[in-house]
Amino acid sequence: MGTHEHSHDHSGPEPLAARVERMTGLNPAKCYQCGKCSAGCPMAAETTLRPHDVMRLVARNQLERLRDADGMWLCLTCETCTARCPNGCDPARTMDALREIFQGSGEGRAPKPIRAFHKSFLDQVRSHGRLFEFGLILSYKLGGGPLFADVTTSPGVMARGKLGLAPHRVKGLQEIRRIFDACGAQEEGR
Amino acid sequence: MSRIGYYPGCSLHGLSREYDESLKAIVPSLDTELVEIDDWSCCGASSAHGVSHLLSVALPARNLAIAEEQGLPEVVAPCAACYARLATARHEISGDANLAGTVNKVLVRDFRNSVQVRSILEVLKGQVATIKAKATRPLKDLKVACYYGCLLVRPVEVTGGYDDAEDPSSMEEVCKAAGATPVKWNRRLDCCGGGLSMSRTGSVVRLGSAILKDARAAGADAIVVACPMCHSNLDFRQKAMISRGAWEGEMPILFVTQVVGLSMGIDPKTLGLGRHFVSTNAVTARLAGAAAPAAAGEVG
Ligand code: SF4
Ligand code: SF4
Repeated sequence: MGTHEHSHDHSGPEPLAARVERMTGLNPAKCYQCGKCSAGCPMAAETTLRPHDVMRLVARNQLERLRDADGMWLCLTCETCTARCPNGCDPARTMDALREIFQGSGEGRAPKPIRAFHKSFLDQVRSHGRLFEFGLILSYKLGGGPLFADVTTSPGVMARGKLGLAPHRVKGLQEIRRIFDACGAQEEGR
Repeated sequence: MSRIGYYPGCSLHGLSREYDESLKAIVPSLDTELVEIDDWSCCGASSAHGVSHLLSVALPARNLAIAEEQGLPEVVAPCAACYARLATARHEISGDANLAGTVNKVLVRDFRNSVQVRSILEVLKGQVATIKAKATRPLKDLKVACYYGCLLVRPVEVTGGYDDAEDPSSMEEVCKAAGATPVKWNRRLDCCGGGLSMSRTGSVVRLGSAILKDARAAGADAIVVACPMCHSNLDFRQKAMISRGAWEGEMPILFVTQVVGLSMGIDPKTLGLGRHFVSTNAVTARLAGAAAPAAAGEVG
């Protein structure tokens, strides 16, 4: 936390609340901590920080505490919080902004299986333009996903004709790659 | 004959192909032609938006741009997650000229954001009269729990409010038109665990089993869904729920398009009922008018 205090006015890192506001278009300090978002959050039972905690910490620029928390990584983007907030805050979008901030700075402490899943997913989309499910499962397992991620080994998946074994490649793959590159979402070496 | 753009999304060409099959089986009876978006690509689903907001808008926008080039005024995305991504992209671009400009630059397309995005429920709701008229085998005695999950009806700024976000009714209307009886239950808007199926199965077991138990307590014979992720979390993951002691027995999970198809007398195999993990025999036996579910043979 000390790093922020010693930084100069304009050259130092932008305070978290301001950065989130720039990304979401919403002022996190608007949140009046009624807790309605957390009351409806399906993951609140499993996370150390609930949505209203996250909102408060963002408003108070508590970058470190948020970075070490699991809330935004477990967030399902179910939009329950956003739909129920009486005050027009958007906790779901705030969670997204935090993921983007931490992912981009390489400081993300997403639980390993979750990080491995998203990485494998996007790698598939970048390579083929569409999700190749079989490839996703393989790359996810190799990339640190738990071995009980049992879609392939589960009896009946093949018999049900559910899993294609060859990827479909979109014709506009150049465009897909360009989109990924322009969005700074190249494969990261993590 | 109305013409509507079709964005199948990755799941409907993979793990949930029965959703695609059942939709294609019913649309001719609905006097609708589905025009697939040329060379459509992944919407980014639950992964892109955690990495880059722009990526989460640009990936769906590519598909909407192609639909626009094909002259399609509207697009249906049967997967609730794809629907949410496409509709959110449309909503955000329309309210932000800067973003619109950036997206066009990234896509290198002249996209005017003119394409409406429809959920499957919005499309079917507009067809209830036809569904009712074509239901030659109405699903009498079938009690269904209509499950919306998170993304089909909220947030209203994104959906355009085709249904109420807190007390929706479109799926019940469609099921009633097919002759089924929707039950009253509490968990129809709860989240099933979405994209955590593989990376955090325990959460999906906790959330999904609560949904199944509530549907059973309300007397439902089956749960009806309109999303491949909801389907997989409630159907495929029932086994994990049982092995972890969170659930007992079987609850068939049907796609809303399968419900409509069954009422039209379309063969269960064509509708892909045999591709489910939890047997749907109890449902088909009921429809066959058989007194005991045991009388039904293997489906599919
Ligand atoms: S519901 Fe809205 S105002 Fe209430 S705590 Fe959550 S974000 Fe803040
Ligand atoms: S979007 Fe995330 S934070 Fe909001 S209710 Fe859903 S899981 Fe909780």
